[in-house]
Amino acid sequence: MDPVTTPPSTKSSTSTAKTVSLSEIFKVFFMAGAISFGGGVVAYLREYLVRGSGWLSDEDFMSALEVSETLPGLNSVNIAVITGDDLRRIPGAIVAVLGLMLPGTVIVMAFGILWNQSRQNPLVGHFLLGIAAAAAGLLLVVSLQLGKQQLSKLPDLLIVIVTFLAVSVFKISLAWVLLGIGTLSIWLYRPHPSRPARFERLLHPRHTHYRH
Amino acid sequence: MNWQLVKLSLVFAMLGVLAVGGGTAVLPEMQHATVHWFNLTDKQFRDIYSIGQVAPGPNMLMVLVIGYRLAGALGALVVGFAFFVPDCILTLAANRLWIRFAGSPWRVSVQQGLAPVAIGLMFAGTYSIARLSLFHVTNQTPDFVAIAIAAVVTAILLWRHINPGILVLLGGAVYVLFTH
Repeated sequence: MDPVTTPPSTKSSTSTAKTVSLSEIFKVFFMAGAISFGGGVVAYLREYLVRGSGWLSDEDFMSALEVSETLPGLNSVNIAVITGDDLRRIPGAIVAVLGLMLPGTVIVMAFGILWNQSRQNPLVGHFLLGIAAAAAGLLLVVSLQLGKQQLSKLPDLLIVIVTFLAVSVFKISLAWVLLGIGTLSIWLYRPHPSRPARFERLLHPRHTHYRH
Repeated sequence: MNWQLVKLSLVFAMLGVLAVGGGTAVLPEMQHATVHWFNLTDKQFRDIYSIGQVAPGPNMLMVLVIGYRLAGALGALVVGFAFFVPDCILTLAANRLWIRFAGSPWRVSVQQGLAPVAIGLMFAGTYSIARLSLFHVTNQTPDFVAIAIAAVVTAILLWRHINPGILVLLGGAVYVLFTH
């Protein structure tokens, strides 16, 4: 009954059912990393992990994504870490991340070296400027779409606005913003204080028998 | 030079670990850090961001080019490790802890509490890129060609889902067409 002591469901369902080889993991993440032009790596990962390889159910993937969005770091890289860890523990996580990043690393470095040699060329500068302008539009749409839920709820909307102003207008450093607004926001969403037993258990996890 | 590498690795390790809400969320801080603490210019930062947009995989691989520009091949290596490795280790540890807390009420609190902060940070990242691309870097006057490109891309993507990679490349081509 106690949620804290129930064994992790995602791990037992994936790792005991079948063993996936490390090279297969590498291959799948390499494909997703190579083909995902123009961002949207997460959508490609879903395609490959759920529909392609069938390693994850759609539900597994969504829960991995949910965790990835809360944890710091890039969502796609976080999904690689989490899925790789689920499939083959730490070696799985390492090959998943390497596979995902290898194609992009080669290409971004090739472009970077070319740019470094020709960055005084106005044609190159203008092409990249047009890309940045288009990317500004893209980022706006992505933020609006990802934030649909938050933007339509009053306390959340206020937190969105305060966070934006703190960073963009008042130039407060990110660490302070996360520490201040992040903590405040989590506190606003704190568990309803009608279940003291759960609090106790969370504050003292050693009382649960799920530890190593 | 060595001091520069140490400084780079510390700054990018911090940026990677602070990226709640993904890469876009950390752009304002990254721009500030690279322009004020290192000798990257706003224009170079914008160019490098655009390079990340046209490469496959995570857009934030652009940090490699920042490292390369500031400290050569070794710089790219150092920045790449600093930005991605601590963050991956943190994710691995946090995810295992997360599984342990499955179903606990605090897990929901953290998720719900951080979501609006992450969205606010994404808007701040969007603002940084808009600031750098829609106004001339030299005199801060509006660049109407760039503004038109951003507006059209926004309208198209709100209207229907098109591969953004194509739109982004078209944006570059259109800008070149209108300014040459």
